[in-house]
Amino acid sequence: MSNFLFGRYLPGESWVHQMSPQSKLLLSFYFVIVIFFANNIASYAALLILIMGVIILSGVSISYFLKGIRPLIWLIIFTVLLQILFSSGGKLLWHFGPFSITDQSLINGGFIFIRFLLIIMISTVLTLTTTPLAIADGVQTVLKPLKGFHFPVDTLALMLSIALRFVPTLMDEMETIMNAQRSRGVDFGSGSLKHRVKAAVPLLVPLFTGAINHAENLSTAMEARGFTDSEHRSKYRIYRWQMKDTISWLVFLAVGVLVLGIRKW
Amino acid sequence: MKNIIQVKNISFHYPDKPLLFDNLTLDVHEGEWLAIIGQNGSGKSTLARLIDGLIVLDKGQIIVDGLTVNDQNIFDIRNKIGIVFQNPEDQFVGATVEDDVAFGLENRQVEREKMHEIVKKSLMDVSMLDFRNRIPANLSGGQKQRVAIAGIVALSPKIIILDEATSMLDPRGRNEILDLVYQIKKDNQLTVISITHDIDEAANADRVVILNEGRIIDEETPENIFQNTGQLQSVGLDSPYTSQLLAALKHRGIKPQRSYLNDEELIAWIKQLISKK
Repeated sequence: MSNFLFGRYLPGESWVHQMSPQSKLLLSFYFVIVIFFANNIASYAALLILIMGVIILSGVSISYFLKGIRPLIWLIIFTVLLQILFSSGGKLLWHFGPFSITDQSLINGGFIFIRFLLIIMISTVLTLTTTPLAIADGVQTVLKPLKGFHFPVDTLALMLSIALRFVPTLMDEMETIMNAQRSRGVDFGSGSLKHRVKAAVPLLVPLFTGAINHAENLSTAMEARGFTDSEHRSKYRIYRWQMKDTISWLVFLAVGVLVLGIRKW
Repeated sequence: MKNIIQVKNISFHYPDKPLLFDNLTLDVHEGEWLAIIGQNGSGKSTLARLIDGLIVLDKGQIIVDGLTVNDQNIFDIRNKIGIVFQNPEDQFVGATVEDDVAFGLENRQVEREKMHEIVKKSLMDVSMLDFRNRIPANLSGGQKQRVAIAGIVALSPKIIILDEATSMLDPRGRNEILDLVYQIKKDNQLTVISITHDIDEAANADRVVILNEGRIIDEETPENIFQNTGQLQSVGLDSPYTSQLLAALKHRGIKPQRSYLNDEELIAWIKQLISKK
C-alpha cells in the first residue's frame, strides 16, 4: 500500500514532471477516452507511438512501467482469454463446447491487451511524475467548475490531502499492532485464506480506534490554528498552466483527430 | 504587571461528568512563563482548551488580552494564542513540512508571496529549513514539534501554550524544544503557559500553579513549590531530583544556605563542599 501510493513517485525535472498536475490529470482522462475509439492496427499504432514518446519525455526507465503491469497481469490474461474464447465472427479456427477461437477473436484479444497496456502506461506516467499532494491539488483545480453547483470541491481536496498525509502514519500503527499480536503468538503469514482473514479482524479494531482518535485530535488542532471552513482560505501552492502543457495538449489533440480519421468506421 | 489572561470565577463540566471547575480564578501575567502542573484528570488541559475557546464555559468569564472569550471574538483570540499539543502526529495537517507551517496562514487568507516569505523565516527560526520538503513520516517526534512551533511562530501570537508538548519526546528532544520555546519567548516578548506533569519542565518557570481535581492548591515560584515536597506528594506529583537529593542531604545533617537549588546551583554547592574538606 505504501509502495503503491508513495514509493511510486520518482522525483525528476523532466518535461512531464514540470507539467501542471491538472493538465496531466485531464490529459490522462482524455487519452483513455481516445483509446476506446481506436479499433484497428493503424489507430492503436498511433497511440502506442504517442505513449512511447511520453515515456521517453518522462525520463523514467521502462522497467518501472513493466512493474506497474505486474499486479494486474492476471486480470489482463483473464480478460484477453475471455475475449478470445467467447467472441464470434470471422473464420473459425478451433472450437470445443461453448468455446471457439476465430481469427477475429484473436485480433480482438490482441487489441484488448494493447488497450490495457496503454491505460496502465498513461496512469503510471501520471503517478510516477506527480506527487500525491500535486494530484490532490490537480483534482481540486479540475473540479472547480462544480463549485457552481455547491459541490464542496475545496473540502474534498483538503480531505484528500489529509488522507494521503495519514497513510504512512496508519501504516506504522498497523505494523506496531501486528508486531504486538505476533509477540502474543498470532500468525499472519500462513494458514488457509479463512484463517488469514480471521487473523486480520483483531488488527482492524485497534487500527480504527486509533484512526478515530487521530481525527478527533487533528480537528482540535486545526481549529486552534484558525481553521473555519475550507472555502475561505488562501493557497500556499499553485500550479500554473505552462507552455509545456499547451504543447502537450496540441500533440494529444492532433493524435486524437488522427485516431478518429484512421479508425474503421 | 499587566494580566494578559484573566480567568474569572469559571465553572465547567464535561457532559455526564461532575463539575470539574467550580469558581476557578487565575491570572496570567504578561511576559511570564507560567507552569501549570497536576496529575492526569486535574483539568490542566481542559483549562487550555477553555482559554482558546475550543470548548465552552458553563459559567464565569475568561479575558485574553482585553477580549472576552466568546463566539464573536474567538478568531481574534486564536490569532493571539498558539497551542502546541501533546501528540506530534495529530497536529501535523500539511502533507509536507512547509505545507504544514503554511496551514495557519492559509486559514487567515494571507497572500501567497507573503506566505512563502513567512514560512521560510519561521522554519529558519526553528532550524528546520533544510527539512521543508519532508513528509511527516520521515521526521522524528522532536522535529514534528519544531514544525508545530514554526506554524505558531508564523502567526506571531502573543501567547504560546504548551499542552504537554514534550511528554512524548525523549529527554534530549524535550530539552531542545524547551530551549527553543525559551529563545522564541525572549525574542518576541511572549507569554508562555506550559501545561505539564513533568516537574523538571516546571522548575524553569517563573511561576508554578498546582492544579488538583479542578482546584488551584498552590501558586508560587518553583523554589517555594519544590521545597514543599509533602504537598507535591499529596497530589501525586514527584518532586524534582534536586529537591530529593537536598532532602536526603538534610537528613544526614548537611544543610544548604537556601532551601531550594536548581541543577547548576546544586552542583556548584556540592563542589564547594568537597573542596572545603
